[in-house]
Amino acid sequence: MSSLLENIIACPDCDLLQSIPALPPRGKARCPRCGHAVASSKPNSLDRTLALTVAAAIALIIANTTSLMGLSAVGREASTTILGGALEMWLQGQEITALLVAFCAVFAPAVHIGFMLTVLLAARRSPAPWWVGRLLRWSSWHEGWGMVEVMMLGIMVALIKIAELARVIPGIGMFAAGALVLLIAAMTVSFDPHEVWERVKWANGETPAAHRESAVPKGVNP
Amino acid sequence: MRAGALTGIKLGLVSCESCGLLSRPVKVDEPGLCARCGEELELRRHNPIQRTWALIIAALICYIPANVLPVMVSTTLVSEEEDTILSGVVLLYTTGSWPLALIVLIASVMIPLAKLGALAYLLITVHRRSIRGQNDRIRLYRLVEFVGRWSMLDVFVITFTVALIQLQPLMSVEPGMGVLFFAAVVVLTMIAAETFDPRLIWDSSNE
Repeated sequence: MSSLLENIIACPDCDLLQSIPALPPRGKARCPRCGHAVASSKPNSLDRTLALTVAAAIALIIANTTSLMGLSAVGREASTTILGGALEMWLQGQEITALLVAFCAVFAPAVHIGFMLTVLLAARRSPAPWWVGRLLRWSSWHEGWGMVEVMMLGIMVALIKIAELARVIPGIGMFAAGALVLLIAAMTVSFDPHEVWERVKWANGETPAAHRESAVPKGVNP
Repeated sequence: MRAGALTGIKLGLVSCESCGLLSRPVKVDEPGLCARCGEELELRRHNPIQRTWALIIAALICYIPANVLPVMVSTTLVSEEEDTILSGVVLLYTTGSWPLALIVLIASVMIPLAKLGALAYLLITVHRRSIRGQNDRIRLYRLVEFVGRWSMLDVFVITFTVALIQLQPLMSVEPGMGVLFFAAVVVLTMIAAETFDPRLIWDSSNE
C-alpha cells in the first residue's frame, strides 16, 4: 500500500481520481466532474459534534420517556409516547409496521447517537482503537434509517387531523422531539468523518496518518 | 464528458465505501479487505443493475395493494369508514386543509411513483451506456436518495392517529392492511436507491 495514495481519493459518486487541495476553514472541495462534496474543512469538528451529540442524547431520552401528546374528548383523555404509538399498532395487528415505526423513530436514532457518542469520546485519544471505525460505520448506517424529522411532520399532520374531532395537547415529548430533529441535523453538518478515520488505528496494524504526521518535526512538511 | 478522465476503475484502484481510503489491490476482481477499516472492498456494488430492478419490481407490486386496500378503518357508534391513502388526501382537502393535503399527496403518492420512475430511467440509461446528461442524472439520483425517506410520512400519521383515537365505544381508529404494503413500498425503494451504484452513470464514458 503506497502512502502516495493517501492524498488521492476517488469520488464516491463518479470514481474520478483527484487530490484534495489544502482547504481554508469552512472550505469545501467539490468533484470537478459530478459536483459531489468530496471534502470539507470543519474547524473543531470533533468537539462541536461531541457537544451536539450529548445534547441530542438528552433530547432523545426525554422525547422517548415523556408524553408526546394528549387528547381530550367527551370527558375522556388519552396520551401517547413514541413507542406507545408503535405498541398500539402492534396490538391492532400491524406487527411489521409497528416494528418499522419503532426502528425508524426510536432504535435507529438511538444507535446513531449512542455510537457517535462512543466514537467521539474514543477518538479524543490518538491513535484511536480500531473498533472506533466499525462503530462509526454502523452509526452512519443507522443515521440513514433514522426518521425523527419525518415522524415530527407525521405527528403534525395527525394532530391537525385529530384537532377536528378533539382537543389535542402537545406534551413535553413533542418539544424534545423537535429539539432532537434540529440537534441531529446540526450533528450531521458539524461532523467530519475524515477526521476520525485519520486517527483510527488501521485494521492491518498500521499507525494512522494523523499520528505519523505528529511524529515528523515541524517545518519538514512543505 | 472528458474522454481522458482518470478514474479508479481505469487504474485498478478501489475506493473503500466505508472510509474512503483508496487502495491498489493485487487482484481487482477480488480486492479483499480495506487496510484501514477492514470493510470488504468492491470496485462496484455487487450486481447493482439486477438487484435494483428486482427491488423496483417488488415495490411496484406492493404499490397496488398499498393504494387499493384501506390504511385506516374509523369506527364510531353509528358508522364504520374505510380510508385508503388517496381518500385520506381527499378527506384532508375537503375538510379545508389543502396545504396538508398537498404535503401528504406529494409524500405518499407522487414521491414513491417518481422514485420508481427515476430509478428505472437511471437503470435503462446505464444499461444503454448513455453518455448524455450525466450531470443531470447524478442530480436525479441524489434527489431520489434525499427525498425517499419522506414517503414514510403517512405511516407515522396513521400510527399516531391510531394510538390516540382509542375512545371505545365512541370512536376508534384501526390500521388497515394497506399500511403494511405502503411501508413495504417505501422500504423497498429506499433499499433500491442504496443498491444502485451512481458510479455506473459515469463508467460508460471511461471506455
